[in-house]
Amino acid sequence: MSATPTAAPTTRIGRHLISIDDLDRAAIERVLDRAESFAEVAGREIKKVPALRGRTVVNLFYEASTRTSSSFELAAKRLSADVVNIRSAGSSVDKGESLKDTVQTLSSYDPAAIVIRAPHVGAARLVAGWTPASVINAGDGKHEHPTQALLDAFTLRRRLGALDGVNLWIVGDVMHSRVARSNILALTRMGANVTVCGPPTLIPREIETLGCQSTVSLDRIEEADVVYVLRMQHERMHDSFVPSLREYAERYQISLARLRPGQLLMHPGPVNRGVELSADAIDSAAALIGEQVKAGVVVRMAVLYELLAGAQPRPSGAGQLATAGLEAA
Amino acid sequence: MTVDEQRTFHNPGRPAQLLISAAHVLDPREEIDTQLDVLVRDGQIAELGPAGSLEPSSAVEAIDATAKHVFPAFVDPHVHLRTPGQEYKENIDSGTAAAAAGGFCALIAMPNTDPVLDDVAVLRSLVETSRREARVPVGFLAAITRSLKGTELTEMAALRDAGALGFTDDGKPVVSAGMLRKALQYQRLCGGVIALHEEDPALTGDGVMHEGAVSARLGLAGIPSLSESTMVARDAALARYEDARVHFQHLSSIESVEALARARELGARVSAEATPHHLTLTDDIVRTLDSRFKMNPPLRAERDRRALIDAVASGLIDCIGTDHAPHAVHEKEVPFEQAPMGTIGLETAFAALYTELVLPGELELDVVIERLTAGGALFGLPTPRIARGEPANLVLADLGARFEVGADGYASRSQNCCFHGRTLHGAIEMTVAAGAVAFRSGAVAHDGALSAR
Repeated sequence: MSATPTAAPTTRIGRHLISIDDLDRAAIERVLDRAESFAEVAGREIKKVPALRGRTVVNLFYEASTRTSSSFELAAKRLSADVVNIRSAGSSVDKGESLKDTVQTLSSYDPAAIVIRAPHVGAARLVAGWTPASVINAGDGKHEHPTQALLDAFTLRRRLGALDGVNLWIVGDVMHSRVARSNILALTRMGANVTVCGPPTLIPREIETLGCQSTVSLDRIEEADVVYVLRMQHERMHDSFVPSLREYAERYQISLARLRPGQLLMHPGPVNRGVELSADAIDSAAALIGEQVKAGVVVRMAVLYELLAGAQPRPSGAGQLATAGLEAA
Repeated sequence: MTVDEQRTFHNPGRPAQLLISAAHVLDPREEIDTQLDVLVRDGQIAELGPAGSLEPSSAVEAIDATAKHVFPAFVDPHVHLRTPGQEYKENIDSGTAAAAAGGFCALIAMPNTDPVLDDVAVLRSLVETSRREARVPVGFLAAITRSLKGTELTEMAALRDAGALGFTDDGKPVVSAGMLRKALQYQRLCGGVIALHEEDPALTGDGVMHEGAVSARLGLAGIPSLSESTMVARDAALARYEDARVHFQHLSSIESVEALARARELGARVSAEATPHHLTLTDDIVRTLDSRFKMNPPLRAERDRRALIDAVASGLIDCIGTDHAPHAVHEKEVPFEQAPMGTIGLETAFAALYTELVLPGELELDVVIERLTAGGALFGLPTPRIARGEPANLVLADLGARFEVGADGYASRSQNCCFHGRTLHGAIEMTVAAGAVAFRSGAVAHDGALSAR
């Protein structure tokens, strides 16, 4: 692990987490180090620290989500925050309330943070302009999903020690993937060499300008230390991005036969078994998919903590309290 | 000059009586680029003389224009007045006020209103409203196809008789080559330039910005340049075959400029416009995800911008059109993908071009003035000129004055300006349109007062 905090790190992360571009390498390391300390808390019987006691976290989800929404909720609760979950079904969002009006309404409850997932690029950034709360992007359209990239970096760093020089392939529908974009940015920042691979119709023009390489064939997949597989969405067939799932699977499905020993396998979930991944690969020792899910909670705790704890002077000194709580364990 | 009175409409103001003294007068067509006194009597340019040669009298308002410029006023061939149907975005009063504030003495309005200007009744009502509200003369393009649906021609001849300047489905392309061909053929009967918004919907898809490195980074669906350029090439071929007169609206890409150049070489009767925003901004600014930068065609790459500047400099692109496209605040205050396309541009056109292109030495001032004044003549309107006996259509500008765009609000009803917040050089201080003062800034004291500054 890179973390041997001799002095308090000087890099603070900003008030919001909208994009991986908000974080330099030192800030990413800081979040991952913090997540390590929370991983230790997660191993305790009572998995709670009082860092955000009395503060409110609003989870505002305009898109279906299992992993991200539940892990944000759990993360906030383990930091002792009060949590409000709002999903578009059943909320006034369904009655045509604008995003701005919804956010301003929720802001009147004085939340410390708003976690937002929305189907449109830039939604989180807009929200940050409308609320005094810290805003965390939990996925904005096809743009970014920064906490996913952080938990992926955390998972890899735990397994490999460091990401410098690691060859990572991202395979699948890169064009429509916010996970791909945030991961290209985060993992290259951490020193990895990233290659994206997928059908030519699903690799955006000029994607190399993000700092990765691109290819349309799995021919050189053995070069990868890590194979990161993206979800292949069924609706892509209707738009003729690929002619059929059969042909897609034939060319791009990652199975044990296509992996060499020692390669690691990742996937952001949910998996389409038999499409982008074969069942034998999912259940193999190469797969880190379960570790990714576990990392989701501690990394999101770290993000909430870094953004919120100590961000405002609290009467009880919430930041110190949390640290003290950790040390006491 | 033949003023086609039938095809522009406004509420004429009181004929101006002005002595603008010691102004730097620049009119490239008249080959004037020197300090002069300009006397306007009864709305006409009565006299031009060396600075200090014309004596003020009590019958005229005297304006000391030392260190200021006088240009022929601009004509905008591409404006959305949003009337009828979307008056909350703009109406004829506010749209023409914005035009006058930007130095425009005439404009051409687009027919993608609600209802669409696709029949004579709508045109008549617009003519009537313009005669009541318009501060500068307004000409109208009627739709090529009914409801802009691309399937049935409008009654083009009747619309021409009722005063339409020409035709366009602007906002949408005429997707069917067969349909456009019929319109071009019909032009032989009814006249009227056919103006085209060039875009292949199959290539645009769900695109919301230029396809390139920035769209790849943002995860926004891209609109490839060839969505425009393939249609320019197709329609130039149709125009040539039918010997029709076609105008390409708001060209945005290098490939389109190449297609235009080829069409011209082959003798096609095609003209083209470029907007101030495509000439001064690129897709790089869309990284901000500010919906003010969402327009159609989209802001493109630097190489596209360079090609447009070169084409404006050479005259391959004939004129500047703003594509002034107002939208309400609540419509633009949404995520980028959901926001409507368009930026307002009348009030900032000159200052944006002057600041971003003339001052850095990319374009000469006389070229910018020539292109800003050329858009009407392409549709048969008179060209504003600074010459004795001409109706007064002129702009008084202070090139040394700087202002922050939007700091004092807008004359337009909308605020969706892609230059909002920028500091620009070159303030319009007065606009005389069709012989009457249509706009004066705070810098020029009001009627009757002697010597403004």
